[in-house]
Amino acid sequence: MPIKLIHFLFLLLCAPAFAGVTIQHWTTSQGARVYFVENHDIPMLDVAVDFPAGSRFDRPEKNGLARLTHAMLDQGAGGLNDIQIAQKFADVGAMLGGTFDRDRAGVSLRTLSSRQERDASLSLFMTILHKPEFPQLVMQRERARIIAGLREEESRPGEVADKAFYLALYGSQGYGLPESGTAGSLLKLKRDDLRAWYKNRYRAGDAVIALIGDISRGEAEQLAAQISAGLPPGTAGQEASSPKAPGASTEKRITHPSTQSHVLMGMIGMARSDPDYFPLYVGNHILGGGGFDSRMLGEVRQKRGYAYSAYSYFLPMAQPGPLLIGLQTKNSQADDALKVARETVSAFVAEGPTEAELTQAKNNLVGGFPLRIDSNKEVLDYLRAIGFYQLPLSYLDDWVKNVEAVTLVQIREAFKRRVDPAKLSVVIVGGDAK
Amino acid sequence: MQLVKALLLMGISAPALATITDVTLDNGLRVIIKEDHRAPVAVSQLWYKAGSMDEFNGTTGVAHVLEHMMFKGTEKVPDGQFSKRVAAAGGRENAFTNRDTTVYFQQLQKDKLPVAFELEADRMANLQLKDEAFAKEIQVVMEERRMRTEDNPHSIVYEQLMSVAYQAHPYRRPIIGWMDDLENMAPQDARDWYSRWYAPNNATLVVAGDVKPDEIISLAKKEFGPIAKKTLPSRKPQDEPAPRGEKRITVKAPGKLPFILMAWHVPGLRDPEKDSQPWALQILGGVLDGNDSARLKKSLVKEKRIAVEAGASYDGLNRGPGMFYMEGTPAEGKKVADLEKALKAELNRIASEGVSETELNRVKAQVIAADVYQRDSIFYQAMQLGELAVLGLPLDLLNTRVEKLKSVTAEQVRQAAKLLSDDRLSIAVLDPQPLEAAPRKTTVTGMRHAN
Repeated sequence: MPIKLIHFLFLLLCAPAFAGVTIQHWTTSQGARVYFVENHDIPMLDVAVDFPAGSRFDRPEKNGLARLTHAMLDQGAGGLNDIQIAQKFADVGAMLGGTFDRDRAGVSLRTLSSRQERDASLSLFMTILHKPEFPQLVMQRERARIIAGLREEESRPGEVADKAFYLALYGSQGYGLPESGTAGSLLKLKRDDLRAWYKNRYRAGDAVIALIGDISRGEAEQLAAQISAGLPPGTAGQEASSPKAPGASTEKRITHPSTQSHVLMGMIGMARSDPDYFPLYVGNHILGGGGFDSRMLGEVRQKRGYAYSAYSYFLPMAQPGPLLIGLQTKNSQADDALKVARETVSAFVAEGPTEAELTQAKNNLVGGFPLRIDSNKEVLDYLRAIGFYQLPLSYLDDWVKNVEAVTLVQIREAFKRRVDPAKLSVVIVGGDAK
Repeated sequence: MQLVKALLLMGISAPALATITDVTLDNGLRVIIKEDHRAPVAVSQLWYKAGSMDEFNGTTGVAHVLEHMMFKGTEKVPDGQFSKRVAAAGGRENAFTNRDTTVYFQQLQKDKLPVAFELEADRMANLQLKDEAFAKEIQVVMEERRMRTEDNPHSIVYEQLMSVAYQAHPYRRPIIGWMDDLENMAPQDARDWYSRWYAPNNATLVVAGDVKPDEIISLAKKEFGPIAKKTLPSRKPQDEPAPRGEKRITVKAPGKLPFILMAWHVPGLRDPEKDSQPWALQILGGVLDGNDSARLKKSLVKEKRIAVEAGASYDGLNRGPGMFYMEGTPAEGKKVADLEKALKAELNRIASEGVSETELNRVKAQVIAADVYQRDSIFYQAMQLGELAVLGLPLDLLNTRVEKLKSVTAEQVRQAAKLLSDDRLSIAVLDPQPLEAAPRKTTVTGMRHAN
C-alpha cells in the first residue's frame, strides 16, 4: 500500500460538519455535558460516555491504574459476572467499545434502535457505567493480560520508540507515563485503588455524553439523564500541572534486534485550546501531515526511497501534546534518514510553506471536509472531541472557514515561535545502540 | 491474519440490491453502482483481478510492486501528480494488493468523481514504468516488507505457516514477496505484469455514494470506454493436493511471548446455493470467537486462564482455497503445548456435544446486527460488491447471505467442527528469541545540549 499514515487519523479527529449535522447540546442536572445528533437513516444508535480519566492522571508509583480501571468496567457489574455481561450484549447484537488515551477514558455502545434490543443493551451499558464491581480474581487476570501485552510490545521497535519518546519529552509523569503502566507499577495495584479511582474520576459533573442515531430528542434527554444520575456525583477537580518543556534536547538510542530503526523526533507542541491551532494544523499538513502532498514524505520516500512511511503530526490534547516526526528505515540508513528529516523541519521553520503549497493544502482540507463527517461513527467522534475539549458548538460549521483564513505569514510565524529545530529530541530504536 | 475476509461474510446488507446497478461496457469493464444518499460523497474503487496468486516463482511480490508503480506517472500525469490532483480535489486515495486482487480507490465529494475516473483510466493504459522510478520504489517496498513482516513476529509466523500449509497453490507465497525476489526484481518484471493484467476486461469499477447511476455509466464510458480490451492469459487452477497428515513447524524470531497458529484446509465458498459447509464454518467461527463471551474467550482466557489471547476465524471467500484458523498466546506459566491441547479440546467438544440453541442464536443476532451496522460505511459497502465481483459470485448474495447464515443448524456446526481433523492441520509455533540477539551492548542515553 503506498500511503498508510495511521497517525494521520489523530488529526482528522479534530475537524467539522457540512450543512446537515445539527448538534443539540444540553447539560444534565448532575452537570454532564450532552451532545446529540438525531439521525434516522439507519435503525441504530451510538452512545459514548467519556471521562477525564486517562493515564496522565496516574500517580507515577501507581501508573496503570487508570488503564486497568477502565479495562475492568465491563468485567463484573451490578451482580453480573464478566461472561454474563458479554453474553447479554451479544444476545442483542450490541457492540461495546472502550477508548483510552492519555487524557480520556471512555465507553461506547452501538446498538440496534429497535425497542427490545435498545432497552436491553442500554440498561446493561448503564450497569457497567454505574455499578462496576472490580472482582479481585478477575482484576488479577486482566492485569496479567495487560502485563503480557506490555512484554509483547517490547518485541515491537515502534512501541519501544513511542514510549521512549514520551518519556524524553515529559519525564516520568503526566503524558510521559506509559498508558498501560509498567509490570512493576501494575503489580502494586489493589482492588480498593480501582474502586477509589472509579469513584473519583468517573463523575457525572465531568462526563461527556455523545449520542447519534435513531432516537428522538425526548428519548435522548431521558437517556442522558439516566446515565448521569447513576454516576458518582460532582467533579474530580484540580487539573494536574502543565508540563514543562525540557531546556535541552535529548538523543536516545536503544538497541533492538529489528531490521529497521524507528526514528522519532519532536518536542512539546500544542494543547487543543491553542490559539495557533489552525496555523499549526494547516502548516503541518504541508510539513508532514498530508501524505504524498507533504514535504516529509516527499523528501524521505519519494526522493530517496528511505522509508515506507514518514510523517509529522501535532497531537493536541488537554495540555500541550507533542509535535512528532517519525519514520522507519533499515538500520544502516537511520542516520541519513534522520538527517533528511531534520533538514526538512529546519527548512520549513526557516522559510515556511510556499503559496502553492498552502493553496494545495487548503484545497485538500476544505474539499475533503465532507468526507470527515460522512458516517455516524465519524460524527460521534467529533461530538466526543467537541464535548471533551469544550470546543465551540459551531466547531464543525466554522472549520472550513478557519482553514481558509490561515495565511502564509501566520504559519511561518507560528512555526518560528513554536518549533525550535535545535531543540528537537530524538529517539532511535533498532540496531546496535553502541 | 486474514480476519477481514471473515467479517465480510458476516455483514452484508439486505435492502441493498434495490439500489444496485450492474453493467458491463463493450470493452469488458464491469461497472457496479451502489446508491447511498446519506452524505454528498462517493467512493470509487477499481478492482483488478490480479493478485499475488497470479504471480510466478522468482517474481513474488510483483503485483504489489506494480501497485506502487501505478502512482509513478504516465505521460499525461507525471510522477507524483496522480496523488496531487486527487488531493487538490479534496480526495483521499490509496490502494491495496491481496492474494486475489489489486484495488485502487478514491474517496471524494460526489461532484469530483470525474477526476478519479480520468486519472484511473489514464493509468490503466498509459503507465510509464521508468527505470529510475522503479529503482527508488523497490527500496520503499523492501522497507515496507521490513516493517510489516521482518520486524513483526506474528507476521513471520503466518508467512512461514502458509509456505508449508500449501504445497502447490500459490497462496503459499507472501503477498509482499520474498525479500530475495524483491532484491532481484527488474523493471521489466513490473512491465510484464502490467501488460498481462491491466485491461478493462480484467477489472471491475465499483462506485458507492450519493450518485446517479446514469451519470456514472456515461462517465465510465467516456473515460474507460476508449481503452481496448486484451486477451487475458488462461488461469490454471493450481489445486492443492489432498493433505496427507499434520504439518508442524517452529519459527524462531525475536520476541517475548510464544504464539501458536493453526490452519486447517477447508472448502471455500463456490456455489452459494449448493454449498452448505462454508456457512456452517462461518458460524463455527462465531461460536468460537464471535464475541467477548464466545467459547475461546470464555473458556481459555476467562475461566481456565490458559491464554491471554485466543482466536478463531474462517477464511472462505477467496478465489483460492479456504482455511480455518485458530491461534493463541499462552498465559504466563502455561506452555504452548497446553494451549494447543486446549484449543483442540474446544473443537472436539463442539464436534462431540454440538452447540446450544442459545449460543447459535447469539451468533446469529450478531450477523443480523452487523448487517445493519455496515450501512454506516459506503466504503465497506463498495468493498463487499467488489469482492463478490472478483470472485464471480452473484451480487444478490448481499441479500441472501444473512438468510443463509440464519438457516445454519446446530448439527451443521457440529459437522463443521468434525471437518477440522488433524490430517488437514498445519501448525506453527513461535519460539521467541532474546531481544538482545544483536551484538549485546548496554543501552546508552546520549544527552547533549542543543545550543
